Amino acid sequence: MKPAAASRLGRWGVIALPYLWLTIFFLVPFLIVLKISFSNVQLSMPPVEPVLTWGQDHVMQLRLHFSNFAFVFGDRLYIEAFLDSLLIAAVSTVIALLIGYPMAYGIARAPGAWRNVLFLLVVLPFFTSFLLRVYAWMGLLGRAGPVNGLLLKLGLIHEPLQLLQTEFAVYLGMVYSYLPFMVLPLYSAIEKLDLTLLEAAADLGCRPTKAFFTVTLPLTREGIFAGCLLVFIPAVGEYVIPALLGGPDTLMIGRVVWDEFFGNRDWPVASALAIVLLVLLSGFVLLLQYVQSREREA
Amino acid sequence: MNAVQTPAAARGGAPYVRLEGLTKRFGDFVAVRQVSLDIARGEIFCLLGASGCGKTTLLRMLAGFETPTEGSIWIDGVDVTHVPPYERPVNMMFQSYALFPHMTVAQNVAFGLRQDGTAKSEIDGRVHEMLAMVQLDGYDKRKPHQLSGGQRQRVALARALVKRPKLLLLDEPLGALDKKLRERTQFELVSLQERLGVTFVIVTHDQEEAMTLASRIGVMRAGEILQVGTPTDIYEFPGSRFVADFIGSVNMVEGRLVEDEPDHVRIQCEQLGCMVYVDHGVSAPPDAPVAVAIRPEKIQLSREQPPGTDNLLAGRVTGVAYLGDATRYLVQLPNGFQLRVTAPNVSRREERFEQDDAVWLSWHPSSPVVVTR
Repeated sequence: MKPAAASRLGRWGVIALPYLWLTIFFLVPFLIVLKISFSNVQLSMPPVEPVLTWGQDHVMQLRLHFSNFAFVFGDRLYIEAFLDSLLIAAVSTVIALLIGYPMAYGIARAPGAWRNVLFLLVVLPFFTSFLLRVYAWMGLLGRAGPVNGLLLKLGLIHEPLQLLQTEFAVYLGMVYSYLPFMVLPLYSAIEKLDLTLLEAAADLGCRPTKAFFTVTLPLTREGIFAGCLLVFIPAVGEYVIPALLGGPDTLMIGRVVWDEFFGNRDWPVASALAIVLLVLLSGFVLLLQYVQSREREA
Repeated sequence: MNAVQTPAAARGGAPYVRLEGLTKRFGDFVAVRQVSLDIARGEIFCLLGASGCGKTTLLRMLAGFETPTEGSIWIDGVDVTHVPPYERPVNMMFQSYALFPHMTVAQNVAFGLRQDGTAKSEIDGRVHEMLAMVQLDGYDKRKPHQLSGGQRQRVALARALVKRPKLLLLDEPLGALDKKLRERTQFELVSLQERLGVTFVIVTHDQEEAMTLASRIGVMRAGEILQVGTPTDIYEFPGSRFVADFIGSVNMVEGRLVEDEPDHVRIQCEQLGCMVYVDHGVSAPPDAPVAVAIRPEKIQLSREQPPGTDNLLAGRVTGVAYLGDATRYLVQLPNGFQLRVTAPNVSRREERFEQDDAVWLSWHPSSPVVVTR
């Protein structure tokens, strides 16, 4: 093989490999889910009707059941689950932003040696399994857990609080679990910020608090967008946290999909829910990217 | 601290900007050491020094970004030593310009005025007046990244001047511009300063920049101001070996005072192998070790031996660099010592010296500078 041809092949390989990966592990499964969402339940394994069949007289039959989508949009339960998920995810994202921004700011402005240590501490929870950490919260928040124990000892309460299986526990779990995804992009945005810009602001008569809102915040907006997306998107479809920490009234879409799939063995409805969720979130991402690109041009 | 002649004090008026025993320590490192300095109103004062000499720290103390460890800063009769930067009547033009990238040119320039709560109509008027002054009309809607380096420099200048500060600090104002643009901007900067009458303090490591811009220069080394004076003072009457060597090119030789009269001195210089005759007195004890500094352009080269015995040497040309406006020669003495000589190219066809030519070197008795420090 000639060197030029070899390098061309190498270049294509580098480009093709991730696309191949995404095709096999994202596009194909997605198409299968899409197919199932247009199918119907039947008693078999898998428990769905095939969408494409070879009928008699060599007729290829494509039967698309839109009934699943009609069902999903028709039932208040699903609509509410969607709205609940969006609300919980949005509130969690805002709380994570409010906690994450000062954290990221503190790390970015810490002296050199400290910065690495603090940065490592943010990433440290990833060294343990996500599931394990959520389980740990169950222990912490339980009626006989250390949180209630401490509050009782301090005399702030007289009998243990119901902390688990509440909306509070869901928010706590969400913010705790996704905080690093908020802090990391914020940190890199704040760290990049040229400090002489803040000096320039001060020099022109701007007090530190005002400089934060007129200079720091607008110039770290990209980090805020990225952090919010990284928290919001997985939070909407989160299953583990509401299942383990939430109560019966916390109805998040991830849990509904699980129930439909494993509880009711209704794969088509579960798939339809998954598709709707995906379309919804893609819409969000596209909107955000559109807003961002317009801002950059302006 | 060195004795510093201050024009304002000499005229009897109070100095506009006064630094008193200013010291800044970072841990064990002394960045600025006991600097006292008076700057008059409307002056362009240049702090000149190599990187790390403390000039930027001094400027940052004037801006309020660093708090002095000792000493005080007075501006227009007010002690501002502990006044935060956002309350000082001082503005700064940053070396990197530090323009806000998310704001337009007009918003950048208006930023300072908006902090003071100036009325919107007045802000607009003053911003446009300022942009016109730096020849940037019609650029108000651009973002900084859409401008050239020279335009950005002018936006930074406009932003710093629009608040009419009592003192404008400029950190290497022309450092990021290319040579041609720098030369043009130097003169624009001076004419703008004259029109507005704002007092300028400029920090630079570029002596040419300092010479063209400054009404007075303060030469800094290791946190101290070694000498303050007009560009001519600093060049023609350097007070120390360091200043003589730092500003421009110089031939520096060590010597010993052998004849010390009020109207002339003779200095024995082993390195030159001759007696240096200087036509003015020197305040040094007899036999004191001194340094003699002779600027290359003050040495004459000739093929025939000039009359006299003092300030006269024979040598051989070992290097020639033709620069257009002048020619630089390297001349070696019989004992191996080399002297730099610059000869202006006055006529197009004049005969220039060439490599290995035997030449005579001579200089006027007023040319050598004798320094004891």
